[in-house]
Amino acid sequence: MADARSARVREITEAHLGLRGPLLPVLHAVNDQLGHIEPGDVAVVADVLNVAVAEVHGVVTFYTDFRTAPSGRSTVRICRAEACQSVGAEALAAHARDSLGVGFGETTGDGGVTLDEVFCLGNCALGPSVQVDGVLRGRVTPDRLDAILGDL
Amino acid sequence: MTARVFVPRDSAARSVGADEVAERIAAVAAARGIEVDLVRTGSRGMLWLEPLVEVETPQGRVGYGPVEPERVDGLIGEGMLDGTASGLGPVDELDWLRRQQRLTFARVGVVDPRSADDFERHGGMAGLRAALAMGPEAVVEAVVDSGLRGRGGAGFPAGIKWRTVAGAEADVKFVCCNADEGDSGTYADRMLMEGDPFTLLEGMAIAAYATGATEGFVYLRSEYPDAVVAMEAAIDAARARGWLGEHVLGSDLSFDVQVRVGAGAYICGEETAMLESLEGKRGQVRAKPPIPALEGLFGRPTVVNNVITLASVPWVLAHGAQAYAEHGVGRSRGTSVFQLAGNVKQGGIVETGFGVTLGELVEGFGGGTASGRPVRAVQVGGPLGAYLPVSRFDVAVGYEEMAAVGAMVGHGGVVVFDDTVDMSRMARFAMEFCAEESCGKCTPCRIGSVRGVEVIDKIRAGEDRDANLALLDDLCELMADGSLCAMGGLTPMPVRSAVEHFGEDFR
Repeated sequence: MADARSARVREITEAHLGLRGPLLPVLHAVNDQLGHIEPGDVAVVADVLNVAVAEVHGVVTFYTDFRTAPSGRSTVRICRAEACQSVGAEALAAHARDSLGVGFGETTGDGGVTLDEVFCLGNCALGPSVQVDGVLRGRVTPDRLDAILGDL
Repeated sequence: MTARVFVPRDSAARSVGADEVAERIAAVAAARGIEVDLVRTGSRGMLWLEPLVEVETPQGRVGYGPVEPERVDGLIGEGMLDGTASGLGPVDELDWLRRQQRLTFARVGVVDPRSADDFERHGGMAGLRAALAMGPEAVVEAVVDSGLRGRGGAGFPAGIKWRTVAGAEADVKFVCCNADEGDSGTYADRMLMEGDPFTLLEGMAIAAYATGATEGFVYLRSEYPDAVVAMEAAIDAARARGWLGEHVLGSDLSFDVQVRVGAGAYICGEETAMLESLEGKRGQVRAKPPIPALEGLFGRPTVVNNVITLASVPWVLAHGAQAYAEHGVGRSRGTSVFQLAGNVKQGGIVETGFGVTLGELVEGFGGGTASGRPVRAVQVGGPLGAYLPVSRFDVAVGYEEMAAVGAMVGHGGVVVFDDTVDMSRMARFAMEFCAEESCGKCTPCRIGSVRGVEVIDKIRAGEDRDANLALLDDLCELMADGSLCAMGGLTPMPVRSAVEHFGEDFR
C-alpha cells in the first residue's frame, strides 16, 4: 500500500522533471491526484528532485492549498474578504459553521464536507461568494447555502 | 435562419446561473425547432445584469438580463431569439457602457475567448504586428511614452522597467505575468483572462520582443480555476497559430508561455514572493535591491507586470502611445479598469480614464448601495487600501491624487459599505488578514499584525481607549516604516484611515 503510494508519487514527480522550478506543480499534482500530501510523499518528492526533505516540507506547510490530511468528499469554501463581508459574509460563515457543526479547516464526522475559509474568489460584485468543489456560487444567502449543502 | 445567441461563460456569470440559462436556451430552441448558434463569451462586466443574454440582430446585439433559467421559456416565447422580446435594447448603446472608454477591455464580453479567429477579427494581434515592425527599442520607448504604469498597484512606469530588462545581459530573460489577484474587491484580471485571454498573451509577447525574453510565466491563483482553463486553452490555440513558440508570426521572436498555479498564499501577489513561488520555494518576500528587472526569476532579468498592465500594451502599440496618453489625469495616463464591488447596486467593470471621481464611480456608475441604505465607506485598492468616507467622493482617482488624501489606487477595486458597517471591526480585520497572510520574513509585519489585532480588541472592549489608540498609531507607524514589503507596510492604511474618518466607531 505504502509502496504503491510511493511509486505513484515518484511517477508524478518524475513527470515534472522537465519544468523549471517543478516543486509547486509536483505538489499540486500529488495533492490533486492522491487527495493530500503525506510525510512519506515529501521524502519521495525530495529524493526525486534532489532537494532537502526540510525544503519540501517547508513549501508544503507554507501554502494553504496543500493538505496534509485527507479532506472530505466535498469542499466548501466561504469567502471572508471585505467585499463579501459588506453583504453579509460573516453571518453566512457563522451559518455554515453551525449547520455543518465544524470550524474552518475541519471536516464533518461522516467525512462528507470540508469547510474552509478563503480570502477572495474574484466574484466581488455578486457576493457573498462560495466555492463548492471548485465551482463558484454567487449571492449565497444562508437558505441558498443550505440548499447547496443539501445537494452534496 | 440561425439565431446567434451570446451567453457568458465568465465564472461570475456562471455563479448566478449562466450555464443553466445556456442549457435551457439550447433545449427550448431545439424543442421549438429553432436553430441556435450559442456563443459563450466573457462578461461585459455589468454584473448586476448577469446572466446577461445577448442576441444578434440587424441593429446590433440586443440584451436581456438578468435572465434566470426559469424565465428562458417565457422570453423565447416572446421572441427573445430574434431580438423582438422587450429587454435592455442594444447593449453597446447602454449608458453604463457608453460612458466608459474601453481600451483594454474592448473585446471582453464581445468575443468568444476560445476562438483565435474571433480575437483576430476584432483587432487582435495588431499590437504585436505593429511592435514587430518597429523594432524592440521603439517598442520600449512607445510604452514609456504612453505613460502606462503598473496596474497591479505599485504604479511603476512599465516602459522604464522594460528598458532596464532590455539593457541587461543574460543567457535567458523572462516575462512573468502576475495574475495572483488576491485583493478583495478586484476581479479585472480574472475577467480579462476568462474573457479575452489572447490579449494577455499578445501583451506578453510584445514584452518579450521588447526586452529579449524568451520564456513567459502566468502565475495564476488557484482560486481562479476557470481562468486557468481559459489561459491554457488560449496558449494551446496561440501555439497552433504560430503566435507563441519559435518564430512568432514568422519573425525572429521565439517566445513561449506556461501557466503556473498558485497555492493559496496572498503574499505571492507581491512580485518577489511570486518569483520565489515560481522557483518552487516558500512565498517569502525578497529584499530589494536587487530589483527583479536585473535579478528576477532564477536570478535572471525579468519583466514582472500585472495582467492589466500587459493586456493594455497591445492597444498602445496598435493605436499609438499618444492616443493612450490622451486619456487620464496628471501623471496617471491612460485608462484604469475599476471594479465596483461589495454592497453596490450596479457592480462591475468600469474602464475609464484616470481622473474620474470616486463619487462618479460609486454613485454614477454604481448607483449607490445594493441594500438601498446610505453609503458610509468605500475601500479603494484592496485590503491594503484606505477606507474613505462619502465626504471624499470628490477626489479624482489617479496615483498621486489618491496618495494626497492618504489613499491609493491599488489594483482599482472599489468596495462599497453601507451605514451598517462597523469600522473598528474592519480595522481589526485588516490586521487579522495581515497576520494570516504575512510571509513571516520581517518582524513588523509578522508580529505587528498580531499585536494590532490585540490592541484593536482592547479598544473595542473600551479598555484604556486613548492610550491604546496612541499605541495603535505607533504600531502602524512602525509597520509602515519597518516592513519589508507592501503587506506589512500598507496594512496600516486601512487601519489608520478607519480611525481617522470613522473615529466614532472606536469610541
